[in-house]
Amino acid sequence: MSYDRLTHPLVRENGVLRRATWEEALERAAEGFRRNLAAHGPDCFAMLSCARSTNEMNYVGQKFTRVVIGTNNVDSCNRTCHAPSVAGLSAVFGSGGGTSSYQEVEDTDVIVMWGSAARNAHPIFFQHVLKGIHNGARMFAVDPRRTGTAQWADLWLGLNVGTDIPLAHAVAREIIHAGLHNEAFIERATIGFEEFKESVEPWTLTVAEQVTGVPAHAIRELAHAYARADRAQLCWTLGITEHHNATDNVRALINLSLLTGHVGRYGSGLSPLRGQNNVQGGGDMGAIPNRLPGFQDILDPGIRARFESAWGREIQPRYGLNLTQMLEAMADGEVTTCYLIGENPVQSEADSLACIKRLSMLDHLVVQDIFLTKTAQMADVVLPASAAWCEADGTFTNSERRVQRVRKALDPPGEARDDIWIMCELARRLGHDWHYDGAEEVWNELRAMSPQHHGMTYERLADLQGIQWPCPSEDSLEPPYLHGRLWESDPVRRGVPAPFAVLRHSPPVDLLDEEYPLRLTTGRRLDSYNTGVQSSGFASPLRRGETVELCPEDADRLGVVAGEEVRITSRRGSVVAPVFIDPALRPGLVFMTMHFPDEVDTNSLTIEATCPIAGTAEFKAAAVRVEKLVKAG
Amino acid sequence: MDLRFRDAEPSDEERAAVDALLGPPASAWDGGGRTEADLRVAARAESQRDMLLPALHAVNDRVGWISEGALDYICRRLTVPPAEAYGVATFYSLFSMEPRPKRVLHVCTDLACQAKGGEDVRRRVEERLGPPGTSWHESPCLGLCERAPAALALEAGTPPKAQVYAPANASLTLDSPTPNGTTPSLDVAGDAPVAAAVPQAGQDGLTLLRRVGTTDPASLDDYRAAGGYSALRRAFELGPAGVIREVLESGLVGRGGAAFPTGRKWDATARQPDHPHYLVCNADESEPGTFKDRVIMEGDPYALVEAMTIAAYATGCAKGYLYIRGEYPRATARLQHAIATARARGLLGDDILGKGLSFDIELRRGAGAYICGEETAIFNSIEGQRGEPRSKPPFPVEKGLFGKPTVVNNVETLVNVLPILERGARAYTAAEPKLFCVSGAVERPGVYELTFGTTLRELLDMTGTTGTTKAVLLGGAAGAFVTDLDIPLTFEGTRNAGATLGSGVVLVIDDTVDMKRLLLRIAEFFRDESCGQCVPCRVGTVRQEEALHRLSRRVSPSLPRRDDDPDLVLLREVGQTMRDASICGLGQTAWNAVESAIDRLGVFK
Repeated sequence: MSYDRLTHPLVRENGVLRRATWEEALERAAEGFRRNLAAHGPDCFAMLSCARSTNEMNYVGQKFTRVVIGTNNVDSCNRTCHAPSVAGLSAVFGSGGGTSSYQEVEDTDVIVMWGSAARNAHPIFFQHVLKGIHNGARMFAVDPRRTGTAQWADLWLGLNVGTDIPLAHAVAREIIHAGLHNEAFIERATIGFEEFKESVEPWTLTVAEQVTGVPAHAIRELAHAYARADRAQLCWTLGITEHHNATDNVRALINLSLLTGHVGRYGSGLSPLRGQNNVQGGGDMGAIPNRLPGFQDILDPGIRARFESAWGREIQPRYGLNLTQMLEAMADGEVTTCYLIGENPVQSEADSLACIKRLSMLDHLVVQDIFLTKTAQMADVVLPASAAWCEADGTFTNSERRVQRVRKALDPPGEARDDIWIMCELARRLGHDWHYDGAEEVWNELRAMSPQHHGMTYERLADLQGIQWPCPSEDSLEPPYLHGRLWESDPVRRGVPAPFAVLRHSPPVDLLDEEYPLRLTTGRRLDSYNTGVQSSGFASPLRRGETVELCPEDADRLGVVAGEEVRITSRRGSVVAPVFIDPALRPGLVFMTMHFPDEVDTNSLTIEATCPIAGTAEFKAAAVRVEKLVKAG
Repeated sequence: MDLRFRDAEPSDEERAAVDALLGPPASAWDGGGRTEADLRVAARAESQRDMLLPALHAVNDRVGWISEGALDYICRRLTVPPAEAYGVATFYSLFSMEPRPKRVLHVCTDLACQAKGGEDVRRRVEERLGPPGTSWHESPCLGLCERAPAALALEAGTPPKAQVYAPANASLTLDSPTPNGTTPSLDVAGDAPVAAAVPQAGQDGLTLLRRVGTTDPASLDDYRAAGGYSALRRAFELGPAGVIREVLESGLVGRGGAAFPTGRKWDATARQPDHPHYLVCNADESEPGTFKDRVIMEGDPYALVEAMTIAAYATGCAKGYLYIRGEYPRATARLQHAIATARARGLLGDDILGKGLSFDIELRRGAGAYICGEETAIFNSIEGQRGEPRSKPPFPVEKGLFGKPTVVNNVETLVNVLPILERGARAYTAAEPKLFCVSGAVERPGVYELTFGTTLRELLDMTGTTGTTKAVLLGGAAGAFVTDLDIPLTFEGTRNAGATLGSGVVLVIDDTVDMKRLLLRIAEFFRDESCGQCVPCRVGTVRQEEALHRLSRRVSPSLPRRDDDPDLVLLREVGQTMRDASICGLGQTAWNAVESAIDRLGVFK
């Protein structure tokens, strides 16, 4: 289904949404917040900020949460995808961004795409990978399915879902036993190698083959190719992060880069591929519960003090709730009011039925969006916003940390308004007389607060067609890769060493048994985008709607044919979808997307087992059964 | 690569045909059965695009046509996008993407056959078999002009079979032909001994044709007894630079039609720092009225193998492709045999003659596309692309086959290298041989070897003419009509006379030939063979044919046509545009013969 743009505010009256004036809607929204804050204090409020909107909007959004409301309960859909990458990278290197630039993938020697169907899900980034391949790089794909990415790979390793840590450990052990680890780098720039070495020792190629299903020779080839390369890029996506132990998965991959010294040099690095145009920037702007703008730690009193003096309000000296915790807190009645900007959790969250139930328990829900999404339909107040990519001025930050200008080309339709204007209006009604004279003023405020953005004036961003952070100086640029410091010979400049992580294999939470014998994994297709709100309005010759993809052998065994509708049932829910036969799958492995939640609510099947560190749910591994529909009568 | 297949299944026979060429599939991802290992690990399938044409032949040869399932299977085996493979398969006239009988008759309706009553044959075949399209086709020149009118039957099977009907007079039987080239003499059913195409066969003083008809083309020993492989030995004495020097000094120029100095081409290729270098022998002899290369390949195949070895030695090529047109079953069989025998005897492969030279020849068959004789279209065809010419520069010596430095030479050009090395450049230049393909209204049609400088009249005296000679078409469809018989048959002499020596076609037209029909056939030929890539040629050849149709219909003897007739003006304008703006020689020459017929013969006066 496709959506029409929202062109005027809506308020709920007698249970239904009706048209309202801006004045009425803003007053209703502000009044609800006021009521809840008065009753329960600031921590009853939660904001979800939009990862597709500008840095400036995200900056104002988190400032609204921290200053106007006075809580750190701000997060974004980042939580459902790459929060573990941010958590893992920042734990090791002190900074949550990918370490390399796109160009480096073109100039590298070995590319490892781990849990990444980038060919279909990140087609733009994959163009850089293809250039790398054409320049002679060898590419390895690690994925349960033989995806489009895998078809381009020199070698595809089809592991069992959720066995990334065993595979990474076996690769590490093989590198160590072959004497291919970078002793100089390990000695100089890391800590914890001995413990790590001991922890991977049990993971022989044979053991790993039994657990992961990948033949020993293929693991060995990957290990040797990665370790022997002069330059190597390790890229990952949601195959790593949408697991209950996702941060551990990320750390397992980071371990490999520390072992071989493939980080902090041109052409060698770690790249989590982000999914929304500004999911990197949202976090950078502080629209996450544990960081202030510039990715600065909220627990650091010195940093807090700077913000407090600039913003004129005390900042809570503790982490706020992340998206997952917010949903739990709604269930517990601790969060009673929510301000959702450009987010559609009803359809994007795992175990969607539970999510709907929790949102319906809120006292006051304000949704600010460009469409009347499933989530907006539940709201008390709906505020029509501008589309960031064409109706707003500002900046985006992409996966390679490059901040780029986006310029307003159109006025928003009807009465739709710019996000920042809406938030300022709400702030004013809540006692903070905010006014920004355009996005640049917001940006300059951010630049004054964030050292890593300090050198990025709008003028420079335009002249240089984007600048990567960190950019502390207005006169010079940093190298395109991060953490070059690890290679410094001076220990002071080298800074904090990068720690190896000792990790434990933990199989998927949703166990397979006789009742639920098939492993369902979810993902994306080339021509659709996430929950389809933005892509379903456009025709595509490739689009075939939601299907359950089965391998030919499973289809035979179940006695079903392509196009036939079947019932898919997990321990949480049950849906009906037509069968699509995909030889890229193997027996026991089933694939679905969440692009068509209105037809098939795939996320009613997935499990909300979340990573304890980052809060991301295990979208990639559910246990299901597939049944032939029995015709009535 | 991520390819979208159609999931059509090949038949067992189609699968077997492809597997016989490529070997069994390596994995499920390559078209084989699914194993557990396939679902756990897969190496990248490298595209073998250049095997596309041979694989299409394999299916077409065995089944007679190429089904969707067969195409899909070929694409899986070769890692080629099915849409592109379809584009390639439909480019060639010998392939069918629709079901058709195993046996298909190709009836030549081209110039030489038309001049000898080909129209009657065509009509009789149509009376017996119905309209063309499935079991029979009208065909461009089959290269059997000395025995015109001609027809060729091709029958799919294991092995595929062929039968030649030349002359295809009343007795055009439709019996099942015998397998190609399995007889001791590597013959094709119905084909006359090759010596019949060489009236001079056995005469003293011949250079290029001296072994044709006198030496067993299947016997390497016979070839060596008749002086074979002495030129290669001489080449080893001279060294690569010495060979190039001799060829430069000989003044040898290309015999395919463009007359580019061969030594310069070799020198430029040899000097290229980029490696590997490739050698391509252009045996896609398709210019209407041309059959000299066929006669050499059928009558003296080892000479071509030896000459290619020398060219490879001089220019630093480890691999040579011999691209032969698909309508030459006997030449194909004999060359395949010659290459295999030479390989078995250590004259191809590693360490040839113990001199450390590594060189081998791969024979590739065309599939019915005149344009593939163009020197860059032949590269695309070998690479498995549609046989469309490339823009130049870069020239083949810099970026040719597979983007590498390539020397591409015609068959006759290459065999000229043998006498250059055997006799020395000076002796060769003193009596430089040239082959002419004489057909039409003559008593003794065939391939004639003359030394440069002989006049057209002297040649026709040797061949004898029949009827009243009205004109001679020199250089084939891309050439020009002449009436002056005292033209010296040299590149310069013909150029001065406003004609071209081209590929050596001498088609004699007597007063029984309907010139308008002949011009229409020429126009139809170019329209049909235009690859469609560039606009001047794609549109121009169609407009030319349309204008000629209008002119032919309207001519009446009582009304003399004026020079400002709109169709004549249009023809000149279109012709000049094609000449100026076409990418390759096809469009550039498509107007030549028509123009000469209008200007010199006054066809539409």
